[in-house]
Amino acid sequence: MNKDISIRVCMGTGGIAAGGVAVMSTFEKALADAGLRATVEKNCSMHKVGCRGFCARDVLVDVAINGNKSTYQYIKPDMVERIVNEHIMGGAPVADWLVSDDYHTFHDKQVKVVLSDCGEVDPEDIDSYISRDGYEATKKVLLTMTPQETIEVIRASGLRGRGGAGFPTAVKWDMAIKAPGPKKYLICNADEGDPGAFMDRSVVEGNPHSVIEGMIIGAYAIGAPYGYVYIRAEYPLAVERLHLAIKQAKERGFLGKNILGKGFDFMIKVKLGAGAFVCGEETALIASIEGKRGQPRAKPPFPVQKGLWGYPTIINNVETLANVPYIMRKGAAWYAAMGTEKSKGTKVFALTGKILNSGLIEVPMGIPLKEIIYDIGGGIEGGRQLKAVQTGGPSGGCIPASMVDTPVDYESLGKVGSIMGSGGMVVLDETNCMVNMAKYFLEFTKSESCGKCVPCRVGTKRLLEILTRITEGKGRKGDIDLLETLSSDVKTSSLCGLGQTAPNPILSTIKYFRDEYEAHINEKRCPAGVCKDLLTYSIIEATCTGCTLCARVCPAGAITGEKKKPHVINQDLCIKCGACFEKCKFKSIKKG
Amino acid sequence: MEEKLEGILLRYRENEGNLISILQDLESEFGYLREDAITWFSDRLDVPLAKFYGVATFYAQFHLKPRGKNVITACCGTACHVKGSARLIDSLVKELVIPAGEDTSEDLRFTVEKVNCVGACSIAPVIIVNKTVHGKMTPDKLVKEMKTLKAGEQPQVQNAII
Repeated sequence: MNKDISIRVCMGTGGIAAGGVAVMSTFEKALADAGLRATVEKNCSMHKVGCRGFCARDVLVDVAINGNKSTYQYIKPDMVERIVNEHIMGGAPVADWLVSDDYHTFHDKQVKVVLSDCGEVDPEDIDSYISRDGYEATKKVLLTMTPQETIEVIRASGLRGRGGAGFPTAVKWDMAIKAPGPKKYLICNADEGDPGAFMDRSVVEGNPHSVIEGMIIGAYAIGAPYGYVYIRAEYPLAVERLHLAIKQAKERGFLGKNILGKGFDFMIKVKLGAGAFVCGEETALIASIEGKRGQPRAKPPFPVQKGLWGYPTIINNVETLANVPYIMRKGAAWYAAMGTEKSKGTKVFALTGKILNSGLIEVPMGIPLKEIIYDIGGGIEGGRQLKAVQTGGPSGGCIPASMVDTPVDYESLGKVGSIMGSGGMVVLDETNCMVNMAKYFLEFTKSESCGKCVPCRVGTKRLLEILTRITEGKGRKGDIDLLETLSSDVKTSSLCGLGQTAPNPILSTIKYFRDEYEAHINEKRCPAGVCKDLLTYSIIEATCTGCTLCARVCPAGAITGEKKKPHVINQDLCIKCGACFEKCKFKSIKKG
Repeated sequence: MEEKLEGILLRYRENEGNLISILQDLESEFGYLREDAITWFSDRLDVPLAKFYGVATFYAQFHLKPRGKNVITACCGTACHVKGSARLIDSLVKELVIPAGEDTSEDLRFTVEKVNCVGACSIAPVIIVNKTVHGKMTPDKLVKEMKTLKAGEQPQVQNAII
């Protein structure tokens, strides 16, 4: 039996949550029991892989025999035995459990660069990375190119910062190479604070060496002997894999002193965040590494002039750095051929919310939003209608369904009042209230505001108060104008990006969904049926069978009625929890 | 306790740590930031207590009060919010009897904490029970999970005489 068997089990955080650990160990045991491991040990390998993107279908398992790969979805431990017996031993894949066509349509319009090796390499094994041309870019750069030549390649590729602002990476690095040395720092920003975003987590969990390699090349280009990865403490698996990857890279001589004998020293330390969204802002991040409260400061001086401990510092996002080895290996022209004129390359998005196929995707810049939603995403779940797509997290805006033809690139998103952001893309349907969404984002930014400057500290608080009043049915005439004026003031006068962008969700939702605000304020009505205080639950007499189920589940004792006779909800006692609405089997409760 | 603190201090000196890393080690060791431990460091490093408190109160990761034996983390990220995390939190608070304005039950058995995004958005809404991640959670499943957790808890032995 000389079959070359390889099994890959998704072990990103999502895969693990869906039971990846149990699936993997069940495979190991079943293979051992079948004697496969013993006789074909070298050729049968079990690999943990990182996120391949289609998290909704976890646990995903790839079984490759002599190079022929089959992908299984929704795998549970009790399904493993059959796969081992019928497919691995017997040669016939279990057809019912394989991914279907829609798995492939999820991937068809995607172009993977940063995620190309996630799901293929074992993130805990440097040799797995090296077998896929890992660290070849490092050798090419260090052994055959100068720092300035390296920057020129990045410039020609058109790479822009993927953290959200889209600043040209080569311009940033150029400023750093000209800054006085020798003490310079390169920091990788892995603080991914946007709620709804998990691109960076997946890259660090799935292919940490790509980030390290990007840092080595970047540090060489700018002349920085010291590197930090500032990573959220809320990502324990990513932190663990990062530490291991750094250790392995050091053991192989890719980090440390005199790398590849070229007299270039570079070492990376890991710093954990401690739960502050504002520390994703570069000067706040620097303050945090210095052990202080993470409060931003005025710029200029920019970090490249005066950064960590007062020295020239460059901060790049995880995704920006992960692109670098691929660009250096395959060339600037290859990268620049993808995307649009001003937005080159690809972007990783976390596609979530009311979408059928939610997960991690990577698409060429400029792809129309509707192709992401309908072709890749499979449309709206539950057969509902698209209402809007929220991009850019708490700093961003929403794109209404009517504008779903919008191309996804920096300029086009800016034109419609949103931003690219770090990659969070949340899909909303008719059961989401846009005023509630704006309030949700302000709750976030208000609690994350560092408190240093008045416009943000007081501004976000007041904006939230107004929005809360509106959702509670206490909206007043003039509130919309007040929101717009206050938003404009907060945007113009806040010290850092948090305050400057916090009002964006409000301005964007007013622009496209003003009618919802007006319904809340003038009619005390929530069209989407979300804002509790504006809802009334009532029983439809004509269809109520008097089964008493609603009265029994009501926690407030607000429903009364005789058995087999229509029941009644006492509005004075009703706490609008919705339990009766959920439980009624006869669709006899009206919400509105 | 002194021995543990000396260990943390050594790591801080060896790894060029900062106040945040000390606080992270303390939080990990004791479950929260004990005032006597902070005072010890303040004396040893000659750094004012106010500076420690300034940093401790800035970051969400640090807690100045003891936490429950079981920590239930509710993700309140955008995807989870859109998929109903608010209702899950209401269920948790009701089921575990968490007093209004607090995050820990009076008997210190349970802490319910809200975090801003765990990063597992595709399986929203997410609840983490003692570090085990549960995706696609519903109020019914959650109540069942909490009842199991409560039942599995050993009752405290009152007035044990040794």
